[in-house]
Amino acid sequence: MDRHAEVSPAPSVISRWFNRDGWRQLIIATPFGWLFLFFFVPALIVVAISIAESTRTSPPFTFLGEWPYVHLANIERLFTDTLYIRAFATSLANALMATLLCLLLGYPMALGLTRVQGSWRNILLMLIILPFWTSYLLRVFAWIGLMGANSWFNRLLTAAYNHLVPGPAVDHLQMMNTNFAVVLVMVYSYLPFMILPLYANLEKLDQTLNEAAMDLGSRPFRVFLDVTLPLSIPGIIAGGLLVFIPASGELVIPSLVGSASDPMIGRVISDEFASARDWPMAATVAIALLVLLVGPTMLYSYFENRARNRLEERP
Amino acid sequence: MTETGEEPFIRIEGITKKFGAFTAVDNVSITIDKGEFFALLGGSGCGKTTLLRMLAGFETPTSGRIFIDGQDMTDVAPYDRPVNMMFQSYALFPHMTVEKNIAYGLKHERISEKEKDERLRDMLELVQLTPYATRKPHQISGGQRQRVALARALIKQPKLLLLDEPLGALDKKLREHTQFELSNIQYKLGITFVVVTHDQEEAMTLASRIAVMDRGVVRQIGTASGIYEYPNSRFVAGFIGSINMLDGVVTASENGLLRLDVPALGMTVDARTDRPVAPGEKRTVAIRPEKIRISREPPPAGQPNCLQGVVRDLGYFGKDSLYRVVTDAGAVLSVNSVNDRRGGEGERVAEWEDRVHLRFDPGAVILLSE
Repeated sequence: MDRHAEVSPAPSVISRWFNRDGWRQLIIATPFGWLFLFFFVPALIVVAISIAESTRTSPPFTFLGEWPYVHLANIERLFTDTLYIRAFATSLANALMATLLCLLLGYPMALGLTRVQGSWRNILLMLIILPFWTSYLLRVFAWIGLMGANSWFNRLLTAAYNHLVPGPAVDHLQMMNTNFAVVLVMVYSYLPFMILPLYANLEKLDQTLNEAAMDLGSRPFRVFLDVTLPLSIPGIIAGGLLVFIPASGELVIPSLVGSASDPMIGRVISDEFASARDWPMAATVAIALLVLLVGPTMLYSYFENRARNRLEERP
Repeated sequence: MTETGEEPFIRIEGITKKFGAFTAVDNVSITIDKGEFFALLGGSGCGKTTLLRMLAGFETPTSGRIFIDGQDMTDVAPYDRPVNMMFQSYALFPHMTVEKNIAYGLKHERISEKEKDERLRDMLELVQLTPYATRKPHQISGGQRQRVALARALIKQPKLLLLDEPLGALDKKLREHTQFELSNIQYKLGITFVVVTHDQEEAMTLASRIAVMDRGVVRQIGTASGIYEYPNSRFVAGFIGSINMLDGVVTASENGLLRLDVPALGMTVDARTDRPVAPGEKRTVAIRPEKIRISREPPPAGQPNCLQGVVRDLGYFGKDSLYRVVTDAGAVLSVNSVNDRRGGEGERVAEWEDRVHLRFDPGAVILLSE
């Protein structure tokens, strides 16, 4: 032991320089600093605007100079005006639907990917990522064309509808400007965000676990239910959050293909901000959305951490 | 069918497995009796694991049949076979507790909850894991994990238990303990065990019979001592333990005693054999290092197979020492000697550069023709 200590060389100037605590702290501080400056501070500004009063000034809000300093009328409107409540409900329902459909479509695809051998897997992965190389807007516009009354897609679905649903035949299906269109295009756009984390999770699963379950008498579907599915829950949650969070705040898709009478919350924020020039109201709605999305996520990770800690504490 | 007409418990019949152009297992036939502890021994890529996976049902043979207890199992799915396996990596379900892991095989069986509980309790007791029943696999030690894997594979009371390198992941002390434990459990339950290993010590201490495999072919089947003392080929002799091998030519043969001319030793070697060998035939003379006696004093006159040399290298292992002796004719022999007398440096059987006398019994000489 001692002899080893003697022969090991003294740390060089460079390694001492890099090992200094200051460096470590700097490296840790950089992302925190970034998040503080470009996420936390702007969020604080939005909170500040949400408690201001809307005025015809530039910028179009004024802070109350006297007690109670907080203009709470916006929050009151949030809970009383059915426009906002309905918009929240529509957003969450559409986002939830899109997330579930992405999961139902994406899970078999991710699982299938892990079963493909060699270079074919890379080709298929490429095909999943490939749509990102085309402009997002262009792809949404393509759907507008596809869903139009005279498109082949619409005619195909109309034929299927007339064939399957009893009652008078319809000329065409009204897809554009409905929540159906919003969910359809969101599923199309967000599917890769479900597949990729699921694939990363499923790919890491030890195949011998499947063999072990099969060896102990489980048929392939039972193996899936008992082993693969429970072990892929982290992937399902990751993919689900990656789809659900942007889908609930989605602005472009509902603006282009959604219903104007039944708007999603993203569009409400945009309208309040740009058309009505009511910045405080827009800020209030934005904060409400943030709380609605971040709240459950934080609760989930809190309970998961607690469960994990409890597991590890046990002697 | 064996010659007596009795069906062996496990019959592997002309099994061949090809992966593309590569033949992993080449026309292997083995029979295993009920309650036997059988080992498939060989280096990596010898086909032992492929053979085991075909017994479990994870691979389908290219040709040949596998019978277990009289039933053709060749095309039966793994979940329908009365066979369970202990995986090399243990393959414990990380999201289940120790007891859930062990009881998994019974989960979907049509037996009463009471019986399931009883069998789980018995298994936990058998592998001494009752206090750890509610822990997860990552909260227990490697040795405990190995016992969970064993209990999980045994709970369905299989006709055949397969073990893939069962001691491979354990440290030396734990291995010694576990290998006796495994033997005890096998003896207690009477289940037929087939173990795959690359470790000859593991195979020799665990198994009642060993099949030595090489490049997809079984080279020899026999008991541990049968394979060690009576190898049938240079490959088996060299694979199991260490051995001195030298070329020789038979010069005389009478009454089971052969005399061979061994040029590398510059002398003739006497060897006992039960097979008639004609003079002029070539044979490899093989001698295990521990069968050679080493001494500084000359042996009594008239002994066969005596020679002299100089100790070039010495490995001291505590209970025994390994000597590399250069004989006067130039050949290097490995000699193993038990240190049955206590003594420090200078007091041992021989030291570096000592001139020593070597001697071995004609009965200790293995004659190989392959």
